[in-house]
Amino acid sequence: MNLRRDVFQAIADPTRRAILLLVASQSMTAGAIAANFNTARPTVSKHLQILIECELLGQEQTGREIYYHTNAKKMKEVADFIEPFRQMWDDRFNKLESIMKNYPNKK
Amino acid sequence: MDLKTKIDAEDGKHFLVITREFDLPLELLFKAYVEPEIVEQWMSTKVLKLESRKHGSWQFQTSDPEGNILLKSGGVIHEFVPNAKIVRTFEMENTPFPVQLEFLEFEKLNDDRSKLTMQIVYKSVEDRDAMLKLPFAKGINMAHNRLQEVVENII
Repeated sequence: MNLRRDVFQAIADPTRRAILLLVASQSMTAGAIAANFNTARPTVSKHLQILIECELLGQEQTGREIYYHTNAKKMKEVADFIEPFRQMWDDRFNKLESIMKNYPNKK
Repeated sequence: MDLKTKIDAEDGKHFLVITREFDLPLELLFKAYVEPEIVEQWMSTKVLKLESRKHGSWQFQTSDPEGNILLKSGGVIHEFVPNAKIVRTFEMENTPFPVQLEFLEFEKLNDDRSKLTMQIVYKSVEDRDAMLKLPFAKGINMAHNRLQEVVENII
């Protein structure tokens, strides 16, 4: 559970969430990622480090460059966590909708 | 991915927002929150009390199929504007979870469609996350119980 909490702390930061969105579609170097933000390069590096530590990002060396990509498995874990709660409400609302569609006094 | 019910639970915040669009006129959606026998159906609970007015209070009781009481919940209604808004508290009795505050807003999208926005405010970020985990934990428990039943039947 502690590991999970770290993941949630990691994605609590808007810059880190933006980084995850950015590299979700394609692997990018730290320089290319930093170019998308007004923040100083070392700050971006720090964010990348945190994302790597909690395994939301992976790195891959290609030649002299290091490319960053999202770790799909870990990202799914984060989404799955809220999913049962969402599902519970979705089930209730689906029920509500079908009951009211058959409501006798329906106009 | 087209999800009908959306949960926006920003990290580090002690609230979350649930949104849902319904294929129902606003009046019917709102009615589903006011008529006790309808609430009982879609919430799968027994409504002991539901006073839909300012300073009113509500109390639900949920039992398992054998009739054992699983959960009693209740709260008070702070604001009640028909077809527009309900502000209420929600508390699960005999649990360590602190009371939570709920803001429900009902909107007309057109003559046949409506939208519900429900903001739930928790005492702390930790309390919110613990609450989010409940159905997750329950799902595991239910799977476990089912497994146990199967095993018991085999023996």
